[in-house]
Amino acid sequence: MASSKITVEVDNVSYTDEVEPRLLLVQYLRERLGKTGTLIGCDTTNCGACTVHLDGVSVKSCTMFAVQADGHKVTTIEGMATDGKLHPLQQAFHQCHALQCGFCTPGMIMQSASLLSENPHPTEQEIRDGLEGNLCRCTGYQNIVAAVQAVADGTVSAGSNETETAGVA
Amino acid sequence: MTVTEVGKARLRKEDAHLITGRTRYTDNLTLPGTLHLALVRSPFAHAKITSIDTSEAKSSPGVVAVLTGADVADKQGSLPNVWPITAEQKAPAHPAIAVDTVAFAGEVVACIVARTAAAARDAVELVDVSYEELPVVLDLEEAVKDEVLAHPDLGTNISATWVYDSGTAGSGKPIAEALEGAEVLIERTYYQQRLIPAFMEPRSVLVDPTGEQLTVWSATQIPHILRLLLALTLGIPESKVRVIAPDVGGGFGGKLQVTPEEAITVLAARHTGKPCKYTETRSESLMAAHHGRAQVQKVKLAATKDGIVTGLDIHLLADMGAYLGLVASGVPILGAFMYNSIYKFPAYRFECTNLFTNKAWTDAYRGAGRPEATFAIERTMDELAVELNMDPLELRKKNWITHEEFPFATVAGLEYDSGNYEAATAKAEELFGYDELRAEQARRREANDPVQLGIGISTYTEMCGLAPSRVLGALRYVAGGWDHAQVRVLPTGNIEVVTGTSAHGQGHETAWSQLVADKLGVAFENIEVLHGDTHISQRGMDTYGSRSLVVGGMAVLAAADKVIAKAKVMAAHMMEASEEDIEFAEGKFSVKGTEQSTSFGDVAFATFAGHDLPEGFEPNLDSEATVDPDNFSFPHGTHFAAIEVDTETGEVSIRKYVCVDDVGVVVNPLIVEGQVHGGLAQGIAQALYEEAVHDETGTLVTGSFVDYLVPSAPDLPHFTTARTETPATTNQLGAKGVGEAGTIASTPAIVNGVLDAVRHLGVKDINMPCSPSRVWAALEEAKTAGGVQ
Repeated sequence: MASSKITVEVDNVSYTDEVEPRLLLVQYLRERLGKTGTLIGCDTTNCGACTVHLDGVSVKSCTMFAVQADGHKVTTIEGMATDGKLHPLQQAFHQCHALQCGFCTPGMIMQSASLLSENPHPTEQEIRDGLEGNLCRCTGYQNIVAAVQAVADGTVSAGSNETETAGVA
Repeated sequence: MTVTEVGKARLRKEDAHLITGRTRYTDNLTLPGTLHLALVRSPFAHAKITSIDTSEAKSSPGVVAVLTGADVADKQGSLPNVWPITAEQKAPAHPAIAVDTVAFAGEVVACIVARTAAAARDAVELVDVSYEELPVVLDLEEAVKDEVLAHPDLGTNISATWVYDSGTAGSGKPIAEALEGAEVLIERTYYQQRLIPAFMEPRSVLVDPTGEQLTVWSATQIPHILRLLLALTLGIPESKVRVIAPDVGGGFGGKLQVTPEEAITVLAARHTGKPCKYTETRSESLMAAHHGRAQVQKVKLAATKDGIVTGLDIHLLADMGAYLGLVASGVPILGAFMYNSIYKFPAYRFECTNLFTNKAWTDAYRGAGRPEATFAIERTMDELAVELNMDPLELRKKNWITHEEFPFATVAGLEYDSGNYEAATAKAEELFGYDELRAEQARRREANDPVQLGIGISTYTEMCGLAPSRVLGALRYVAGGWDHAQVRVLPTGNIEVVTGTSAHGQGHETAWSQLVADKLGVAFENIEVLHGDTHISQRGMDTYGSRSLVVGGMAVLAAADKVIAKAKVMAAHMMEASEEDIEFAEGKFSVKGTEQSTSFGDVAFATFAGHDLPEGFEPNLDSEATVDPDNFSFPHGTHFAAIEVDTETGEVSIRKYVCVDDVGVVVNPLIVEGQVHGGLAQGIAQALYEEAVHDETGTLVTGSFVDYLVPSAPDLPHFTTARTETPATTNQLGAKGVGEAGTIASTPAIVNGVLDAVRHLGVKDINMPCSPSRVWAALEEAKTAGGVQ
């Protein structure tokens, strides 16, 4: 199969690769770049586990070909922490116990970031609606909604504390 | 022991790698030279395989091998069922790759092994399989007639029939008297629709055949059980198999299985001599990973005119699907002990017929038998309340076991050790605003509001913490229900806890650290919990049935107790005191009545150094314990749902959900609350959204997340949760299980609420899921039938 040359910036590193046109962006990230933090949960664009940012906006990377990312900037869950500090959403997911098995978490955090950049002060309903394309089977969503709310309210900021007690119980 | 950790909402140790994408889910792992599998699956629910032509697939680019059932017929054995519930139980052979017939749509008929996953999938299309279709049996009430057989060779669709009768068991009166003499008899049939566990991580398995031991990484709940059973199934010495469950993305019973895909990947790895990996697509997962529920329940409840229950008769048809899963046959039996629930039935009979159909196999799914039982009894208690024109909560109060009556021997033969249904209910009533909502409901009915309000109640208990081995033995389960732990004391006094449980989202690393921190006075941060690898954790019974804390956690505590006992001997020697005078608290050994003390860390190091040991003392504080529980644990609670039904569209919404659960002593309230939330979501999903639907040929219609409606965030409400705490008396901590409680309780609360909203309009029942179309159809039917009762 003919291949195409693409250049993509992923988590602040530029990569140039020959890829099959049918290669999905998520497969490129996982199989070629080893960015296995981004996960595959379905094959119909329903679950959102593979959500990443393309030029700052959330996309489901199972619904894009790698060639479509040519010339663009991709951010994955692995690029969210900066200068050794967790992104506020990562911190909030931890503090609010917004994850159990963790499989939906990368996509959920990426979608939450996109949601907050579009609507920095969402209501509970707006958060729930904004996360509709991301499925979680463990948490019943309540603590995920609380985590997003906490970042919107500014009660959680970037950090990397890992063993403290939760403020909510 | 000073308790400072147990009860604390510790944030999870597990989170750090999960929130940053540094994960080790099986599909993230690749070894040098790994080959990739793709599976050819039958499109037919029941057919003879007349020929398979693999020649084109074999010559497809990148393909290394193609395996058919015939190729591995002498190596693949038959996948195991470990719960022959009767001596006569029937089961078809279950080859991992079908050899001459297929019995459900999705069954594997060939395996492609290729250099890349894409090459393997390309070649799937090139395998030419000829089938001769056979008649299918899909419906339980048809299957029991034995007219069309799922497995003609078996001669029947009936796998087994299992009966519990309180009259013959001596736990109560005979049911016949109760039914004949009933002043009021409620008879109902409920349909427990087929559900799909739908864990978020698709199943994946990676097998490395190149070492001394065959190493299997699998997205499984049961690394220990899998090791033993893969070895037995495939004829490999157990000692030659190592199983690792790395990060596992949810299970809910769905990964409590020994799967064809695991066996096939082992076969392919041994065939090629190279590491092989298989990861299912979501469509494959929904089609072929085991399903749950799928029962028809016929209930007869006898009572007096005053609303005192006098007898309960249950008759089940349970769908095993096409093959008998690992514990599938026992799932309805777990329910058998819970139909009587929290009520004092004097007579009880349960009969279950396990049936084969040409659908995907079923097995454990969150709650496994108990959600079905709780649904049936809680729905029927509401039906009795309606019949007697009594408040459903008052009816429950009249019949439940009161807190003074514990321990209570039930009509189903169990002993409930503890409980306080009054306290949990009182708290829930207050949080819910029961009386105010009843008043609002009356107003809306009066005003003929297009949006009607219903109040759903579910008062439940469940049995969890599987399980006392003697009970499992009596139920013909082939293994025990103990668990194992090791507490390793490192030279610095830091601790490694090795557990036989296998967490896949539950947070054992955090909770077990809290347990040991209190016991040994070692800082939470200085404890590591190791699990999920049969090299490290040699013995264990894994994670399911809300067992991990109440069985596995107790083994951790027992092992820590042994560490203290050993360390006391060393501490006494170090302080030149008598062993009887040594006290241990907050990480310090001290000599009674003196100021003299030495720290746990000092004792650990002195033991490690071994320079000066007591006579005959082994320089090693490491200890292990295997704990077999004395009894199940019996969490309970009261759940209320305020349900709004739009009578013009049939749309159901949950306005308020309040639950008060009593799970005994809580180690980590944050984790417990998370378990409750997730459990509620899955129970609500059964009530309102999810159903595995097949067409008349046996093809799964709900074969993707487009059709199989796992609820998303806007589909669920904010839950109000609270707890009462009645300690269990059967384990040293006083803890009860929590993993399944929410799922068990919430389904009947929602459906009772839906019916309570529309019953005055003539609706008598609605089958789950109570989708808008079903609710609307029920309302239309009631209108046609004459409206108001």
